[in-house]
Amino acid sequence: MSNNSGGILHAVKRVRGGVFVDHNKLTKDLPVVRITPPDKVVLPMLQHIGAPCTPTVKVGDTVSVGQVVGDSDKLVSAPIHASVSGKVVSVGDVKVASGKMLPAVTIESDGEMRLFEGIEPPKADTREDFIKAVRASGLVGLGGAGFPTHVKLAFDPSKNIDTLVVNAAECEPYITVDYRECIDNSWDVIGGVYTLAEVFGFKNVVIAVEDNKPDAIKILKNIADKDNSRGDIVKLMTLKSKYPQGAEKMMVQSATGRRVPPGKLPADVGCVVMNIASVAFISRYLKTGKPLVSRSMTVSGSAVKEPKNVRVPIGIEAQDVIDFCGGFKKDPVKIIAGGPMMGTALIDTHVPVLKSNNALLAFADGKVTNKRQSACIHCGRCAEACPMSLLPTEIEKLALNKDAEGLVKAGVNVCMECGSCAYSCPAAKPLVQYMRLGKEIVREAGAKK
Amino acid sequence: MNKLTVSASPHVRSSDTVTGIMLDVIIALVPSLIASIVLFGFRSLLITAVCVGCCVLFEFLSRKIMKRDCTLRDLSAVVTGMLLAFNMPVSIPLWMCVVGCFFAIVVVKQFFGGIGQNFVNPAIGGRIVMLVSFSSAMTSWTEPLAWLSGVDASTTATPLSELKNYSGEISDTLPSLWDMFLGIRGGCIGEVCAAAILIGGIYLIARRVIKPTIPLCFIGTVAVIMLIAGKGDFEFMAYELLSGGLLLGAIFMATDYATSPITTKGKIIFGIGCGIITSVIRLFANLPEGVSYSIILMNILVPHIEALTKPKPFGTEKEKKTKEEKAS
Repeated sequence: MSNNSGGILHAVKRVRGGVFVDHNKLTKDLPVVRITPPDKVVLPMLQHIGAPCTPTVKVGDTVSVGQVVGDSDKLVSAPIHASVSGKVVSVGDVKVASGKMLPAVTIESDGEMRLFEGIEPPKADTREDFIKAVRASGLVGLGGAGFPTHVKLAFDPSKNIDTLVVNAAECEPYITVDYRECIDNSWDVIGGVYTLAEVFGFKNVVIAVEDNKPDAIKILKNIADKDNSRGDIVKLMTLKSKYPQGAEKMMVQSATGRRVPPGKLPADVGCVVMNIASVAFISRYLKTGKPLVSRSMTVSGSAVKEPKNVRVPIGIEAQDVIDFCGGFKKDPVKIIAGGPMMGTALIDTHVPVLKSNNALLAFADGKVTNKRQSACIHCGRCAEACPMSLLPTEIEKLALNKDAEGLVKAGVNVCMECGSCAYSCPAAKPLVQYMRLGKEIVREAGAKK
Repeated sequence: MNKLTVSASPHVRSSDTVTGIMLDVIIALVPSLIASIVLFGFRSLLITAVCVGCCVLFEFLSRKIMKRDCTLRDLSAVVTGMLLAFNMPVSIPLWMCVVGCFFAIVVVKQFFGGIGQNFVNPAIGGRIVMLVSFSSAMTSWTEPLAWLSGVDASTTATPLSELKNYSGEISDTLPSLWDMFLGIRGGCIGEVCAAAILIGGIYLIARRVIKPTIPLCFIGTVAVIMLIAGKGDFEFMAYELLSGGLLLGAIFMATDYATSPITTKGKIIFGIGCGIITSVIRLFANLPEGVSYSIILMNILVPHIEALTKPKPFGTEKEKKTKEEKAS
């Protein structure tokens, strides 16, 4: 760890590639407000990366907030809890943001938001208990990917995992909930960090924030400095505001200088990366035992009347969230769940908000309509923008030729679909789709063997 | 609510377009066009207009005949036309320009699939065909600024052919370095005014249309070799840099996207290669000028340079090391 200026670190290593996108952090100064509880929530059984849950309730059951409604016996999974109190009115397939049909539990609210009786602060003194407790909380990465947190923490203790990187980069445009977490819940963040460091024995904790949020850095730094009892393990780090700074591999490289090899996880280079909202959640959960039943999300974009940061129950309909923000001021052209670089475009607003949705953006202008596509002029901007050092145009050709072997060699599976290539392409080529096509070809070829 | 657009991420895109990039190149060529009119008269403008017109027409016709979508919108044919015109002497018969444009657009560009697919720079391809076919018309140089005095244009030599006879001392018949910089010397209409070309180059770099890598490596290599060849004579080196089509070629032609490598390492190899070939031709070959040939030769090598300088996917080196460790 070098470059210690005023106690705030600078990135150990500069990340290659990436693009400068307009930040558009319109909701930066708006503290998170709680939404009016909805009449109904829809809880899909797959809100994370991994195995889907099976419903544990049936139609007619009365449930209360925090009660498990879906669980799985698979390792990579996270239970799903009721986010309102009321009656289960249906258990069956529903459409989610991605357009997929998923089994889901629909709960009609009784308006009481009654907490489940069994809720109490979990026992989390040992490593094993802690991991069990995190699993029971249903926590998944709140930054957007939705990887179950307990799996991340269940690394082999004999491996030398020395660094916890707390990701507060928030490099996607518009989204400001992580920023608000730093400002409004800074004590939760620091508390969560110390607990994690104690339980898992991290020697270093780096809280990394992009340099366009100086006040967040200052506040966290002040709090971290106040609590000197546990030594000086927590460091604040500023990162260059350049998309995709918040991507896990980029984060590890900036914070520690280590490079995660293709197909490997941060744990393979001695790091655990956690989103800042996840860390703050763990801290609150250990105090109250209330599982993940709500989350903060940014509602913004040119079509939204009153952009806001809102705390919503998981499973609320997207339309309810938009209505809470005054509805649309103009007819939306595109609505996105998540950020504009990696989010999913919605078919309509009658879909539930998932654990991993950190934003709901609605646009009325031509910004999000597609540029006219033309032939590749070999300008090389895509290759220059790729943080993974891939050659997107080469992968495009290989994908069109269905050359699975060539695609693997070209590193298609290293691609994280950050969209920097497609963003920078002057010919408006759908390069991310070619990447996905390439991955699919590799997967199929692998299945055939 | 009605009609939401559903498409794959990313949902925002940069404002760069192919047309915008080509427009920037055209803007960057305007100072040179103005300089050519000042130096050689309105016939420069006529040549440029004819070349641009022919290139656009040939592009339109060939796309039409090949039943492909019309690509005039991207403005690349205009750029090719301007660059080709800038590589002609002011006295060139117009029908020869038409032949050059035909070869550039139809043979070099459209036969190979149009924009982005050409294996060599179309303007250079066209110029070389003209140079070989009409060698005397392509190498008869008019005295600059002669049109102002109204006298019939007298022919002159280019500084390069005089530099060929360099033996330790710069001859008095050469224009001063200042005149060389401003373009008061014999040569092709767009290549003579170094000042105008540099303004265009700075504009392109500032607009991030091109990277300075190729021009710097190209010109730098020529500078170093000429300094050695001139036994440390900086004046000789300066004359070499300002004469011929070096600046125009290095800034506008060698940086052509389709025919230069995309990686930085590749760009360095490409630039140095161009510089070496140019210098070797200038110093040892019969031809006075080697910029076009150097670029076209390096164009052909681009696929190999790219294969050689292909970046490794993020984190790959480390994996190799661990494999070796496991093996040992």
